[in-house]
Amino acid sequence: MKDKSIHILNFVGLGFFEPAIRLAAGEEVKKNLIALFRKVLLPVLSVGLFLLLWHSGAMVLYTIEKDARIEKALTERGQEAADLERACIESNGKDCKISTLPTPSQVWSAYQSLLADHSIISGKKAAFLEKVSATNEKRIADGLDPITYTGRPSFVDQIWTSLKTVFAGFLLALFIAVPIGIMLGLSDTLRSSVNWLIQIFKPVSPVVWLLLVTMIVVTVSKGSDGDSAFTISFISVGLCSMWATLVNTTMGVSSVDKDYINVAKVLNLSMSQKVFKIILPSSFPLIFTGLRITLSVAWMVLIAIELLAQSPGLGSFVWEEFQNGSSESNSKIIVAMFVIGIIGFLLDRIMLTIQKFVTFTEETV
Amino acid sequence: MAYIELRNVSKSFGSGKDKTQVLSNINLKIEEGEFVAIVGFTGSGKTTLVNLISGLLMPDEGQVLFKGEPVTGPSHERGVIFQNYSLLPWLNVRNNVGMAVKEAFKKMSKKERNKRVEDYVEMVNLSPAIGKLPKELSGGMRQRVSVTRALSMSPDVILMDEPLSALDALTRGNLQQEILKIWEKDKKTALLITNDVDEGILMADRIIPLKPGPKATLGPEYEISLERPRDKTALNHNDEYKKLRNSIIEYLIQIGEQRASKKETAYILPEIKPRIKPTPFKRFSFS
Repeated sequence: MKDKSIHILNFVGLGFFEPAIRLAAGEEVKKNLIALFRKVLLPVLSVGLFLLLWHSGAMVLYTIEKDARIEKALTERGQEAADLERACIESNGKDCKISTLPTPSQVWSAYQSLLADHSIISGKKAAFLEKVSATNEKRIADGLDPITYTGRPSFVDQIWTSLKTVFAGFLLALFIAVPIGIMLGLSDTLRSSVNWLIQIFKPVSPVVWLLLVTMIVVTVSKGSDGDSAFTISFISVGLCSMWATLVNTTMGVSSVDKDYINVAKVLNLSMSQKVFKIILPSSFPLIFTGLRITLSVAWMVLIAIELLAQSPGLGSFVWEEFQNGSSESNSKIIVAMFVIGIIGFLLDRIMLTIQKFVTFTEETV
Repeated sequence: MAYIELRNVSKSFGSGKDKTQVLSNINLKIEEGEFVAIVGFTGSGKTTLVNLISGLLMPDEGQVLFKGEPVTGPSHERGVIFQNYSLLPWLNVRNNVGMAVKEAFKKMSKKERNKRVEDYVEMVNLSPAIGKLPKELSGGMRQRVSVTRALSMSPDVILMDEPLSALDALTRGNLQQEILKIWEKDKKTALLITNDVDEGILMADRIIPLKPGPKATLGPEYEISLERPRDKTALNHNDEYKKLRNSIIEYLIQIGEQRASKKETAYILPEIKPRIKPTPFKRFSFS
C-alpha cells in the first residue's frame, strides 16, 4: 500500500510527498524528517515569504497612490477637499477606491466572490433551463433550434471555455505536426525543401497568426451563421503552438539510432513496419517533449488570442476586467493569473505522466 | 564453390581529401559448415567487413558472393549478432525475439511463433527474464538475447561482430561455451570477428588476422585442427594450442609494430623560445 502510493506519486511527478508518507509509516524518522523539511517545509516557507513581500509591496504602492490623491486634492481644491478625500479613502468609500496592486487578502476575497458569482449564475442557468425545457421540447419536435441560455458566463464557465479552446488547438497541432514531422524526418529531400518555410513561420507572433486565420475563416465562413470566434481562436492556438512538435518530431525521426536502423535492415522489415516498430517508438521521447512544449505554448498564447479574438474565455475575462475598472477588477485579474498558472502547471504534469506511460526510458545499467 | 566468397573487395569512407580506404583487396572463402574467426586490432575495419557480408554495406570494388550469388542487401539467411547488442529498448525479451521470428516466418501461426520464441529463449537459459526490458538485464544477458534473436530466424550463416568484447572475462568465457554448444548442434557456417586470439582459437576452425587499416587486408590464415568439443582449461596445457597461439600473437605484434613505425611523422617546430613574463603577484607554492 505504502510503496504503491509512493510509486504512483513519483510517477505523476508529486514525489515530494514521499517523505511524509514514509514518516507516517514510521520509517527512518530522522532521515525522513530532514527530507520532509527540505521538500515540503522549505517550499511552504518560500511561498509564505513571497506572500509577505507581495503584501508589503502592495501596501507601499497603496500609500504612494493615496498620498498622491490627497496631495492632488490639496493643490487643486484646498485643505478641506484634501481632508474629505482622506476620510473617504480611509473609510473605503466606493467613489474613492484606490486602484493599484491588490494585496493577497484582497485577491483571496475576490476569488471567493468569483466562486459565489459562479454558484449564483449556475443557479440562474438551471432555473432558466427548467423554465424553457417544455418549450424546447416543442421546438425540437417542430425542427427548430432549442433556446439556449445567453446570460453572462461565470468565471468557472470561462475556464472551461478556455480549456476547450486549448484542447481543440492542441489536437489540431497534434494532427498537423506529428504526421508532417514524421514525413519530414523520413525524407531528407522533403526536409530541405520545406525547411525555409518552417524557419520563417516558426518565429511569427501569435497575434499575426490570429489575424491571418481571421482573414481566412471570415471568408470561408461567409454565409453560414454562428460564432466563428471559437474557430478562429482554436485554429490560431493550434498554428502558434504546433512548431515545437513539428521540429521535435522531425528531429526525433531523422536521428534514430543507427543501430536500430541496422536491426530493421537485418530483419528485412518493410517500410511501414520500420516506421511503426522502430522509428516511431524510438522517437517517442522527443515527440512527447515537443507535445509538452506545444501544450504549454498553447495555453500561454491562448490568453492573448482570446483577448484579441473577442472569443469567450479567460483571456477575454482578463481584458474585460481590465476595461471594467470596478473596485474588485484588479484582484480578479490576479485571481485569473494564478488560475492560468496553476492550470498550465497541471496540464504539463498530465502530459508528463502520459509521456512516462508510453515511452521507454534510456538504458540505465 | 565456396559458401561465402569475397573477391578483391575494397571499401572506402568519406570523400575527396578525407577519403580513407578502410578495406583493400580482401579475398576470403568460407566453406559451408565452417567456423572462421577474424582477429584484428580495433579500428582495423572488422565491423566494415561484417557489414559487407551481411549486406548492410556495399563494396566499392570487388564482389561479395553468398552461395554463388552477389549480395545485394541484408537477408534472413545471414543472421547478425551486433557488438552492442542493438536490442530495442522499448520491447521486452519476448518481443525483441518475436519481432525477428515474425519477419522470418511470416506464414507461421501466432501460436507456433510464440512457441519458437520461448524455445529459443529457453536455449540460452533466459526463460525467467522473458518479460523483462533490456535495461533490466545485465550485459551478458542482453548479448544472449541478441544471440537468440539472430538464431531464432534460423539463418544459414551467423555473422558475429565482436559479440563478447564488451563483457567481463568470466561472462565472456561462459558465453563462449554457450555459443559453441548451440553451434555444435547443427554446425552452421559462422564468422566470428574478435580481438581476442584465445577466443578465436577456442571457437573457430580457421583464424585469419586482419592487418590494421587503413587499407586493411587479410593476413596468412591459421588452420586449427584441435578436437572438438574444446575445453578451455584443458587447452591451456595443449602444446599445439600454445604453439598456435604464440605464432598468431607474434604475427599480430609484428604487424602492429609495422603500423606503429609507419605512423611516425616528424613535426617541424618553429624555433621560438617561450618568453617568461614576470608575474605581478607572488605565487604560493605548496612544495
